[in-house]
Formats: sequence, C-alpha cells, structure tokens
Amino acid sequence: MTLTTIYSAKKIITMNPIQPYVSHVAVREGRVLGAGSLAELEVWGEHILDNRFAEKVLMPGFVEGHAHTMEGTLWRYVYCGFFDRLDPNGKSWAGLTSIEAVLERLKEAEVKMDNPDEPLSGWSLDPIYLNNKRVTRQDLDSVSKSRPIGILHASGHIMNVNSKALEMAGLMKTGINHPGMPLGADGIPTGELYGPETMTPVGVHVGFNRSLTDSDEQGLRDFGKLCVRTGVTTITDLAARLEDDGVKAMLKVTGDPRYPARVVPLKLFMGSTAKETVERALELKDKATDMLRLGRIKAVADGSIQGFSARMRWPGYHNGASNGLWYTAPEQLAELYRAALKADIQVHTHTNGDEATEMVLDTLGPALKDVPHPDHRFTLQHCQLADAAQFRRMKALSMCVNLFANHHFYWGDEHYRLTVGPERALRMNACRTALNTGVPMAIHSDAPVTPLGPLFTAWAAVNRTTASGRTQGDGEKIIVSEALQAITLGAAYTLHLDDEVGSIEVGKKADFAVLEDDPTEVNGEDLKDVRVWGTVQGGRVFAAADL
Amino acid sequence: MIPVTVVGGYLGAGKTTLVNHLLRNANGIRLAVLVNEFGELAIDEDLIETQSDDVISIAGGCVCCSFGSDLTAALGDMAIMSPPPDHVLIECSGVAIPSSIVNSLVFLPSFRSDGIVILADAETVVQSAKDKYMGDTVTRQIADADIILLNKVDLVSEVTLHATRTWLIGQNRYARVVESTQSVVPPVIVLDSFVGRVRAGGQHLEASHLDMLTLTPKGFVDADKLAQALADEDTGLVRAKGFVTRHDGTKALIQVVGRRWDVTEVAENKADGLVCLGFKNVISRAMLQKLI
Repeated sequence: MTLTTIYSAKKIITMNPIQPYVSHVAVREGRVLGAGSLAELEVWGEHILDNRFAEKVLMPGFVEGHAHTMEGTLWRYVYCGFFDRLDPNGKSWAGLTSIEAVLERLKEAEVKMDNPDEPLSGWSLDPIYLNNKRVTRQDLDSVSKSRPIGILHASGHIMNVNSKALEMAGLMKTGINHPGMPLGADGIPTGELYGPETMTPVGVHVGFNRSLTDSDEQGLRDFGKLCVRTGVTTITDLAARLEDDGVKAMLKVTGDPRYPARVVPLKLFMGSTAKETVERALELKDKATDMLRLGRIKAVADGSIQGFSARMRWPGYHNGASNGLWYTAPEQLAELYRAALKADIQVHTHTNGDEATEMVLDTLGPALKDVPHPDHRFTLQHCQLADAAQFRRMKALSMCVNLFANHHFYWGDEHYRLTVGPERALRMNACRTALNTGVPMAIHSDAPVTPLGPLFTAWAAVNRTTASGRTQGDGEKIIVSEALQAITLGAAYTLHLDDEVGSIEVGKKADFAVLEDDPTEVNGEDLKDVRVWGTVQGGRVFAAADL
Repeated sequence: MIPVTVVGGYLGAGKTTLVNHLLRNANGIRLAVLVNEFGELAIDEDLIETQSDDVISIAGGCVCCSFGSDLTAALGDMAIMSPPPDHVLIECSGVAIPSSIVNSLVFLPSFRSDGIVILADAETVVQSAKDKYMGDTVTRQIADADIILLNKVDLVSEVTLHATRTWLIGQNRYARVVESTQSVVPPVIVLDSFVGRVRAGGQHLEASHLDMLTLTPKGFVDADKLAQALADEDTGLVRAKGFVTRHDGTKALIQVVGRRWDVTEVAENKADGLVCLGFKNVISRAMLQKLI
C-alpha cells in the first residue's frame, strides 16, 4: 500500500484558478495526489493526516529562474555588503554602512585565521552606498600587511586588494598603464581592479580562482540551504561551463536523498561553436535527473548597464559613456538559434541594453521562419530596458521574458541619476507592460548579484521602490497576485516545467513553500517581510530551523 | 619575453585562414595559437598531429589552444610551457576589441606585445562598418590596428579596392595597410619572430608588395629617436627589428610595428643591424639611412 499523507494548512494558495484556495493537500510518491477539503481528499483511501502546517500558509514552491549556484560558495568568504543578508546557516549578517565597518569585520575574521599565509577574501562590497568612497590598498593594509586580502564587489566586476596581494602579483610598482588599474598619487596601483583582465592575475592570490563560477560540492549544498530558507524548490544555475567534472559533482550532490532543491543548470554558449554547444546540451539532456535538469543553453549578448558594457540604442548612456560591448555576434546567435530550434533545445539569452534586446529579436525572427517551432519559449534574461514595442515583438515571436525586478531596488537610483537617466529608468524591468502585452513573464534575483528571495523579488516588482525610498515607475507596478504568479508558475513556464511545478494541483510535484504569514493578506509593501518556515520538496519536509 | 601578436577582425575576414597559413609556414618557429573556440575547421586537418579537448598539437612543435572565456589563464599556461613557445598568436573572437587584450598583457610579465593585426574583408568591410549592430565594433577594431590585412582583394574591382583603402586610412591613418588574397602574406608581416630568419621570413615576399632591407648603423645612435622615426607613417615601413649601440655604449633592441615602437636594453653583445620591412615602392635604403 502506498503511503498517502494529507497535510492540513491554515490556507493553501494553489495558483490553480479552478480552486485558488484550499485547506488540505494530499501527497503520495512525492507528488500532489489532490488539493481540496479533507472530505474531498479522504476518498483516496488510507492516509496519515499531518497537522504540522495547521497554522501555516502553503504556496507552490518558489521557482527562481535566474540565479547562480556560486552564491553558496561566496558565503565561505567575509560578507562586506551594505544590506543585511541571510547566510546558508540562517545567520543574518548586518549590512556595513561605512568603510570603517567593512575593515572592522575583516579584522574580526583575520584574527580568527590560523595560517598566516592563507588569503582573506570578502565579497559584495558596493562603494555606491558608501558615498562612492573608494577602498584603497592602504585601507586593507590596516587589516593585514602580511596576508593577501581581496574583496569582490557586489557587481562581480571589480575587486579591491591590499599591498601584499599586489606584491605577490608583481604589481607593487610604478609604470603600469592599464585602464582597469587606477594608480595612486605615488604612481603605484590603488589596489582597485576593474574587469577580468586585471582581476584574474591578482585574484588567484586572494582566494578567487578562475573556476569561481563553478560551484563546488560544499557550495552547492550551502546553496540548497538558502533555497529552503527562501521557500525555493526549483532553481536555475544560469549559466555554468558544465564540463564533465562539474556535472558529476552536481549529479552527486543533487542525488543526495536529502538535497532540497531541483537545480536547472544552463550550459553557457562561450568558447565553443553553436553546433558543439547544441550537441553538448543534447548529451547533457540524456544525463538529466529529476533533481538536475540538464539540457538547456544560455547565450550572452551584451554586458551590464551599471558597468556601461550593455549595448544601448540611441541616445546611449545618460552620462555620455561610449556604447558597451557585444559578447556574441548576431551571426553566431543566428547559428545557435537555428541549431537549437532544430534539436529542440531551449536557449535563454542575456540582454541588458535595449540594443541587445533588439538584436536578439532581429535574429530570432528569421531563425523561426527557417525552423518553425510552435512552443520554443526562448527567453530573454534581464531584458531590463525593453520598451513597449519590443515587448510586442516578443509576443509576436512567442518569447518569454525574465525581468530583473531586484535591480530596480538596488541600482534604480544610479540608473535614474547616471546610467540611463530619468525616463528610461522609469521603464526599466517593465513588468506591467510585459503582462499587458501577454508576454509570459518571470522575475528574478540573479543571486549572488542580489540576494536570493522570491518574496523580496515579488515585493520589488509590486512596489518599484529604490534603495533611497523613491517609487520609480508607478506605471510599471504589478499587483501582488501577479507577482506571486511570476515567482511560481511564471518562472516554471520559462523553463518548460509548468506541467510539473509552479502550482498545487493533482499530478504535480509536492513542492511547497511553507510560510508563517499569508502573502495575499499582507499589504503589498510588507510582502518582503512574509516569514518563510521552510519547504516541502518532492514530498520531503525541510524546516529552515533544522538545517 | 615571449612576443604576442593579436589577430582580430570581424567574422569571416579570414582570421582562421591566416592562422593556418602561418602554421603551415612556421619553418621551425614554435608558434602557440590561442583561439577563442575550436570552430569546425579551426586547423587544417593535415597539420594536426594530435588533438584533445582544448589543445591541438601541430607538426613542427606548434600548438593551438582554445581559451574559452579566460584568456589570462590560458596565457599563464603558455608561460610555463616547456619549452616555451617562440611566439604567441591570439586569434580574437569576431566581436572582441583587440586593444583590451593587448592592455591585459601588462599583468603578464613573461609576454610583450608584438602589435595588433586586423583583417578586413575587401568585399564587405565598408558595409560591415555601417551595420546597425556591429558597425561600431568593426570600426573600433580597425582603429586598434597596427597593421591591417586588406584581404580577399582578388574578389573586388580596382575601383572598389582603391575606395576601400582610402576608407580604411580614413579610419586609422597610422595603420599600415597590406593587401592579401586568401590571407596569404609573408609570415614576417604578422610575427616579428620571423625577422632575421631569412629563409622563413622571406617566404611569400617576392609575390607581395613588400620588401625587406637591412640597415647597418655606423657608430652610435639615439635608439629612442631612431625607433620613433622608423615608426613614422611616411617611412613606408611595416616592421623593423634589430640591434643598435647607443651613445653610452650599451646595446639596445629596437622593435617597430606600424606606429608602435619599443626600445629595450640588452646585455648580450649583438652585432648592430636593423631588418626593415616595408612597401616596395616606398621604402628605400637611402631614405632609411638618413634616419640614422
């Protein structure tokens, strides 16, 4: 006899319009046997009635459609961010509001280290919030002169190091002429490093090696803990190199009977041809398991807006910076799209600037004429600056979009003031336009760029509040029910997983976010404060408190 | 220091063909080629000795490696290769901005830049530069060039060729424009490691618009001033390389590629003499001798 458990709850938000709210859900073999009243579910026969969630609210487990497993790895370094942030073990690290506070926390970590040669590494520094005061090598020397120290910025594109680290890299000298390495009054580098060309050679001395984006086993396990704490049961790794060793490690970790999240890693289109990438994706698809959904591709069209490397249409950057960089040529994307459509492999494409979005639309259109595919769900990731006409084209091409709602909070003020100026800042991450146009939409955190937390992401899309407290773009707000849809079924749809996850209904995975408060009852501005008890994933219960 | 030549240019300009041409004519020079990715036809099959996921071994001690997204790391691997390569050639992706690659050599003490060579497709480059998306990338690449290989000249009329040359010079008046068909150029144009190896360096010179002269300074020279003068665009020089004796008696190595020049002090007692490579109808021994 197969075991059936019926959970009672204060309220179950199903995201199934036929019965939006129910009181009970029956689980068998890790799947939803049924949702409804106890009487409606009892007809399935023998069962255990489990009342542990009687005072909780259940939702479909959240689906994070754009994150990086690297978040798990970074927590082994010292957190130096401006905002409070929860680590995998449930400790909330207070945000640091001055350089002095950053140095103080580094000193605390330094005295606890035994090996005097071991590098001290920190992450998530963001001088934008520290009055744009730059950290210097001398600042970090005050933590230690003998130990190499490196702090990665929140953007991931800048790093600060101390004199010892520069010395180890052979750069404690004058006469260096490189745009990515500013010099101090003494002619020696200040220790601030911009871009991978400068970060890679110094980074190896401060604990940031070249494979940082590939999470290791420990990192992936810690990442799983963060999922439980934020109500996430399905999460992407967007993107990874997915070489054999990495895949093996991911299969091992996600195959652990107590691993709490379904991971969807996308193969990065970089360093191999379109044909090879599609072939690799097909190979990986064969290796996919329920808990590791391999077989998708991510392409990158341009850079980032705050890094001025996104490709912008006229009139370009507000501060006059020259246009950004292409990471992939249209010809290469065209080849990839055609090959992937033929092979039935899904492609997600990173675009930040509106010119990059335009290029993707111009490229996918002809590819679809050659290789028609009625349900491709090719998705634009970030797509932060798309305007209404571009959303109409996405609709016409049956594309999906995953908008970077969190960005609006963390860098919205910068975009208004500096990068794109007021008008375009108002339309960034245009959730309202996407939904009104009928483009299937998800919203995301891009963790570790911003913290993982779908309820926070939903809050960001509902309120469009910036870090300084301004509301930016009233006209692009969405309502709570739409935001909850975006972090469940919406994201599941962009991954072709809406038949399995994203709502609580018969046949789907028994994946639930277990909440202390009811997100449909709180005010929109309190959505981010809804407390998460833990999750149920594939019928297995994970309490955040027990991790 | 290992010289590094960066080869760029938009997709389809002939970069891969050039790389194969150089590997085929390496004549004992151990070339290490770094490519962004192994395309379907990255290296001509008859040149390949063995191939693994990211290294292809080529007859004559050359190798070709794919660097994916981490060029700095790949160069680090080159530096510790045993024996080290004589010359590294980086084949950029079609959208890369070559100057940013050259800039990053600052952090790699084992390498020095041997200039940027940009291929331009005589048939399409002017049109590509007007492309809605890629236009500014194409012009930025051309602006970065020390040497432009105007390739596929056999496919266009005299009139188009002239117009394209004029246009290129308008984009970058300092670059030396060398014409080619199917990327066939004297290897010495692309890689200064060929200078001084007459048999290897002289290949394909006869059939080209280029000529090679050897200058021998009589007595002491101001090396910096000479290098700067050689780099002037009026000299018609594409490259120059060799040793001179400075007024204080020290030996210096002069290396010129297009407008770039570099003078380094050397400890060994090398015989004075500069190999100069330039356009047949422009360079003359008399004119160059005057610079000394």
